[in-house]
Amino acid sequence: MPANRTVQPASQSPGSGVPVKTAAKLGMVSCPHCATLWEDVKAHDRCRRCGAGLHLRKPDSLRRTWALVIAAYIMYVPANILPVMITVPFLGKEQQDTIMSGIIYFWNSGSWGLALIVFTASFLVPLFKLAVLTQLLIAVQDHSKRHLLLRAKLYRVVAVIGRWSMLDVFVVTLMTGLIQIKGFATVHPGEGIAAFAAVVVLTMLASISFDPRLMWDVTEHEPGRSHESRRGG
Amino acid sequence: MREVPDLIACEECDAVYRRLTLGRSEVAFCRRCGAELERDRRAQRKHVLPLAIAGLCMYLIAHVFPILELELRSGLFSHATLIGSVRSLRGEGMLFVALLVLATTILFPLIQLLALIYLLTFPIRFRRFGHPTTFNLSGRLIQVLRPWVMVEVFLLGVIVAFVKLTSMATVLPGIALWAFGALAFLLTAVFSFDPRCLYISRYGYKKQGK
Repeated sequence: MPANRTVQPASQSPGSGVPVKTAAKLGMVSCPHCATLWEDVKAHDRCRRCGAGLHLRKPDSLRRTWALVIAAYIMYVPANILPVMITVPFLGKEQQDTIMSGIIYFWNSGSWGLALIVFTASFLVPLFKLAVLTQLLIAVQDHSKRHLLLRAKLYRVVAVIGRWSMLDVFVVTLMTGLIQIKGFATVHPGEGIAAFAAVVVLTMLASISFDPRLMWDVTEHEPGRSHESRRGG
Repeated sequence: MREVPDLIACEECDAVYRRLTLGRSEVAFCRRCGAELERDRRAQRKHVLPLAIAGLCMYLIAHVFPILELELRSGLFSHATLIGSVRSLRGEGMLFVALLVLATTILFPLIQLLALIYLLTFPIRFRRFGHPTTFNLSGRLIQVLRPWVMVEVFLLGVIVAFVKLTSMATVLPGIALWAFGALAFLLTAVFSFDPRCLYISRYGYKKQGK
């Protein structure tokens, strides 16, 4: 195929935003699993090397990502309002902890490092993820060509940091497992932790279902040649 | 449908490049968006199987022995294993959270390790039981589960819980805590390995085309 010869070699230094040919434009589909490139792909074809389904872009990416992001926003409210952990001592008053009060407790007791880690993982990361995903979705729908490189980097960051928000879920799990001592104290998980876990799972699914290639597709939409190679998948 | 052997597309922006011949531990990046295209993993290849088996041993220790032990003032002892903690979560009516913790720290790491050990032994070393369907499923499973294996996040959770508990009682780290540390380290080492190169060795795919 003549087009192959005009393609640039892969770079060994990271991106500089230069224009390139895309697989979609050349009528090729890349296997999402083993990265083999295929041409003349028809709908419902599977990769002959590894058997993964081939799609030009992740199917229904924007709709699925929006649904998951909106669901995460809804769960974000109970996750921060409801208690995540309820401590019932043998004598004295029961204590209800929310995500925030747990962080404040660490801060006040002098464990600033730990307060900072929990604050980042449980508060900043989910909020940052939701904000970035929303921004990425809006930018794709507006066919925005601005800050493409920055958005590509933000997406990569969101995909990597998402899992660290599970921190509080594991802390509550351990506290519940360890402190079930009659005559001393018991710890019970609160509804907040289920909502919080849902936020983490939903935002992780959202960043997986978002297709970053959609951001770059706007650079292809020059007059006269848009949608010319929208086939496959 | 035809394969295009000497080209590779960026996973994040779809830009197409000629495949480079990568030297030892070299990495190719996308010129447009800066995403990683390919990485040479020949150096890691031969360490993967022993590390995965070591990981499996650490996995067993991590789940059998207690993670943290509490010594209370009244001479009471309490200890928790991960499975025990998941069970008490379920007992508290938190089925969803219990299942999530079960999956991310117990089931998925085990499935991932077993799938990897299977891939590296039967089809490649012994050349049997390598039916394409099981081979492909195992390879895909490893990649799909990757973001959902959270052993290192759990480890950080243990440290946070440890500090929280020091105000209530004397806390002793259990054997499983060290095993979890080793497991997190081994999993990171093992799964920096890309199952993609298994397809290359299986199908005798010449790396740079013709």
